[in-house]
Amino acid sequence: MKLDAIDITLQGCAKHYPNGHRALQPTDLSIGAGETLVLLGPSGCGKTTMLRLIAGLESPDAGGRILFGSDDVTRRSIEHRQVGMVFQNYALFPNMSVRQNIAYGLRIRKAPAAEIKRSVDELLALTRLTDFADRSIAQLSGGQRQRVALARALAPQPRVLLLDEPLTALDTQLREHVRGEMDRLLRQLGVTTVYVTHDQAEAMALGDRIVVMSAGRIEQIGAPREIYHRPANLAVARFIGTISQIDGDWTEQGLLCRGGLLPAPAGTPPLRQFWLRPEDAIVVPPELAHLRGTVAQAVFLGERTRLSIAGLSNEPVTVDITGRFAPVVGDAIGIQIRPEAWQANLTYAEAA
Amino acid sequence: MKKFLTALQLVITLLMVLFLVVPVLMSMLAGVTDNYAHGWRSGLTLRWVQQVWELYHGAIGLSILIALATLAITLVVGVPAGYALSRSRNRLARWLEGLMVLPVAIPGLASALALLVMYGSLTAFRTSAWFIVVGHVIFTLPFMVRSVTAICLGCDLKTLEEGAASLGATFWQRFTTVVLPNIRPGILAGALTVVTLSIGEFNLTWMLHTPTTQTLPVGLADAYASMRLEIGSAYTLIFFVMIVPLLTVLQSVSKPTGQQRGQRTNRMKQDQTA
Repeated sequence: MKLDAIDITLQGCAKHYPNGHRALQPTDLSIGAGETLVLLGPSGCGKTTMLRLIAGLESPDAGGRILFGSDDVTRRSIEHRQVGMVFQNYALFPNMSVRQNIAYGLRIRKAPAAEIKRSVDELLALTRLTDFADRSIAQLSGGQRQRVALARALAPQPRVLLLDEPLTALDTQLREHVRGEMDRLLRQLGVTTVYVTHDQAEAMALGDRIVVMSAGRIEQIGAPREIYHRPANLAVARFIGTISQIDGDWTEQGLLCRGGLLPAPAGTPPLRQFWLRPEDAIVVPPELAHLRGTVAQAVFLGERTRLSIAGLSNEPVTVDITGRFAPVVGDAIGIQIRPEAWQANLTYAEAA
Repeated sequence: MKKFLTALQLVITLLMVLFLVVPVLMSMLAGVTDNYAHGWRSGLTLRWVQQVWELYHGAIGLSILIALATLAITLVVGVPAGYALSRSRNRLARWLEGLMVLPVAIPGLASALALLVMYGSLTAFRTSAWFIVVGHVIFTLPFMVRSVTAICLGCDLKTLEEGAASLGATFWQRFTTVVLPNIRPGILAGALTVVTLSIGEFNLTWMLHTPTTQTLPVGLADAYASMRLEIGSAYTLIFFVMIVPLLTVLQSVSKPTGQQRGQRTNRMKQDQTA
């Protein structure tokens, strides 16, 4: 199955509610044809409002425009926008079987019975639900319901697929598995997809581009690697992944902090703190290290060990190590900083 | 000790049930006793039941017609109203909800008096059974509306409708294919409550009735007041035979079990393949 891809444009779309709450600041956004765009942010950041604007479940404040290709859909309600939507709680119809749920959109369009059957059978196979076609929704597991919701949204061949936290209702183990399946399916379909989530791992795994939002505004738009390694500002960096602050005083050679001197590359402007991702530190013997501290906490997570190191700065610094090295609390430890980590710090300094 | 407490509980419950049920049974027994003054040893007979039927079958028929008319109106008005109230949870909606329950809270006599003051001079209306139907609708409507509102909120109808809308369904398509099938248990429970309340309503009906518009409970009062005890008791018997099956159905549909839900979906599947 392959769907036509169109691009989507939002122009000056804002949303405020009668009670005065401003859910979305005026926003411009272009979504490429066939792209999977992830709206990422904490709850209340406006990501769901944006999705509902694209869906047609909400309309933008005066002046906002929404275009599907060259087709202005701003004034059109959801039933005439030809979108496919998967809701957080799936919103499956409990009065219908799996097959009837998937067939619903085609039945509403009065498609011929033979076409409905062919199309539903194809989707059942695609989502591996053929054996469950005649079950009622109450008899399905969470993962199966999620697949029914996706198949139901795809059946009428939507112009855009809108997913509102589609994996949140699943347990952790299943979530990762379904995420993989979904990625495969979205790429196969080639349909323009807008995906809302608060889970950064989900965003990175599925998004061609990620839109990081907070307080009704877009903070940054970029490919997952770009967002992670070159965050536009500290707010984005803090939201995507873990980050620790190392405070100190600026000297000719670099940043002088409690754990030692952190040498800076030539030409670095004066900084008063350094922001460190857990994976940007390398653990070395203390006598060879730039920075020295003691292990305050060590959490073994299987593929890595997360250390919390005291004595480097005012607050403990989080560092990840891989391999079989197993430090215990109280051990003296030394770290070096990967040179690439400076790049992001220059961006933060500029943005501040 | 625990056993003893359970036994005690059982005994107390049974005594309570006996306390409530025995008078009813005695009354029904009196309705088939030849001469109650001499006790049931005087012999059993269906004479009184037959007499009641001859005297009051008009009232019984009228009660059923009034209940059905009341049901029809509460369905047409109450289902959309309950649905609308579930959609808008603002202050006006809550205020309307409270206002609607008022006729249940104030005595039926007062509602009836208000109706008489307002429409008493419209003779044709006042002497027709429709006058009683209006009273019953005022009294039973909140039960239908509440039942529908509760189920609309309970099954997260708003999201289901958004789902249907995203698939291209217009308001009427959503209403018939998603809303109605999913709130059916609530409508059914509301309908049975309305019918049961309408058939048993006395307060308001007694004030509103005329000699030609006598309902079942009004006839019952008439029989108690002016006939032999055996006739009044036979009347009770007939009343029970009518109302108990209704109550039984009411009980079973207002608490749908998983199995019944399954049966419902199966039925629907058959409907759609048929």
